[in-house]
Amino acid sequence: MEPLALDERSRARKFEQIFVPHLDAAYDFARWLTRDERNAEDVVQEACLRAFKSLDTFQGDSARAWLFAIVRNTFYTWYTKRKGEGTSVPFDEESMLAGEHENTDLESPLGSIDRLLQQRDARRLVNAALDRLPEEFREVIVLREMEDLPYKEIAVIARVPIGTVMSRLARARKLLLQHLRPTAES
Amino acid sequence: MDCTETLSRLHAYLDQELDRPSTAAIDQHLSSCPTCKASFAALAALRVGIRRHADYRHGAPAELAERIRTRLGIAHAPATISRPRWQWPQWGRWLPMGAVAAAAALISWTAAIQYAGLSAGDPLAEQVVAGHARSIVTSHLIEVASSDQHTVKPWLSSKLDFSPPVPDLAAAGFALAGGRLDYLDNRAVAALVYRYRQHVINLFVWPEEQSGDARPQALAKHGYNVLRWRSGGMNFWAISDVNAAELQTFAEAYASAR
Repeated sequence: MEPLALDERSRARKFEQIFVPHLDAAYDFARWLTRDERNAEDVVQEACLRAFKSLDTFQGDSARAWLFAIVRNTFYTWYTKRKGEGTSVPFDEESMLAGEHENTDLESPLGSIDRLLQQRDARRLVNAALDRLPEEFREVIVLREMEDLPYKEIAVIARVPIGTVMSRLARARKLLLQHLRPTAES
Repeated sequence: MDCTETLSRLHAYLDQELDRPSTAAIDQHLSSCPTCKASFAALAALRVGIRRHADYRHGAPAELAERIRTRLGIAHAPATISRPRWQWPQWGRWLPMGAVAAAAALISWTAAIQYAGLSAGDPLAEQVVAGHARSIVTSHLIEVASSDQHTVKPWLSSKLDFSPPVPDLAAAGFALAGGRLDYLDNRAVAALVYRYRQHVINLFVWPEEQSGDARPQALAKHGYNVLRWRSGGMNFWAISDVNAAELQTFAEAYASAR
C-alpha cells in the first residue's frame, strides 16, 4: 500500500483519473482563495504533490472534495508563511460583523435585489459584496453556490461541523444581501 | 410549519438539504405566506446573482496539468486523454441477447447509471454545460413558451429535421415550460425546458447515426449535474442544478413516458 512504490504507469493513471478531471475546479478555488493567478498555480501544484503523497488516504468517494480540502490546507500554509513576511490579506471577521445590523431577517428585499441584478454594473456590485465577506464566509459561499457541493462535503473541506457550514452560509447570504440592498434601493 | 420554523430552514431548503417531508412542509408554507416567500425569493435571486456574476470561473491554464506531470515524474497517459469521442458502451456487450430487447424497452436507471463513464473533459459535455448556462444567463431560455406538449412538439418539428418526444411530466413534478432551438455537436438540436421547483432542467435531443442504445452516464460539472443516454436512435443530454437523484428521477420519468 505504499503509494510511492506504484510504478510510473499506475501513478500516471491515477493522476489522470483522480486529479485531471478536477484540475479546473481546484484551480478556480485556489484562485479564489489566493486572489491571484500565479499564486493559485503554485498552490495547486503544491497541493497535487501533497495529494499524490497521500493517495492512500483517498477513500474513493469524492475526489473533488478530497482535492479541495488539500488545496485549502496548502493555501493556509502558504498564507501563514506569507503573513509572516508582512503581506496582509484581509481576514477581518470582527469589523465585518460589527457592521452587521441587528435586524438580519431577509424581509422583502426581493424587488430591490432583482432590480440590482438588472443594473449595468451588477457584476461589479456582486463582486464587491463578495469581496467584503470575511474569508471563512467567502469560501463556503463559493463551495455552495459555484461548486454546488453538499453541506457534508463543505464541512470536510472547511474542517468544521455541518452546523457551522449552515450558520456560515446563512450569515454570508445575509451579509451579501445587506451589502447589495443599499445600492439597489438608492 | 410556521414562519419562524420556515425561516430557520430556508437556507437548507434552498440548498436541497432537507428531507422530503420537511421540503413539502416548506413548499406548502411558502405557497401561502407572501412574507416568507419574499425571503426565499431574495435568497434565490442572490444565488442567481452570484452564479451569473461572481468572478470565479477561470479554468486552469492549459499547461498546468503538464507542469504537474513533470513535477510528479510521470508521463502523459495518452490512453485516457485522446480517447475517441462518444465511447458509448453498447448494450450488446453487456447483456445476453435476450436481455437486450427487454432492456431497450425500459432502461433500469438506478442500476444502469455509470458514474465514471463520462469524462468532465468531454468536449460535448463542455458544450452542453455552456448551452445550459447560456440559456439561464441570457433571456434565451425559451422560444416557444407553453406547458402544452401539443404546442411545443409541432413547433420544434417544424424547425428541425426530426421530431423529439415531448411528454408531459407534470404528474411527476416536472412541468414543461417550453422549448427552443440550440446548437450542439455541430448541428441544430431541440432543447426542451422543464421546471422542477425553482430549478430549470434543459434536455437536449438530437438524432444519432450510430445504432443501438446506450446506458445512461452521469457527470457533475461546474455545479451542474449532467445525464446522457441514447435510445431509439436519439441522443439525450439532461442538465440542471438539481441534485443527481432528482435529475435521474426526471430522466426516468421522461424515458418511461415516451
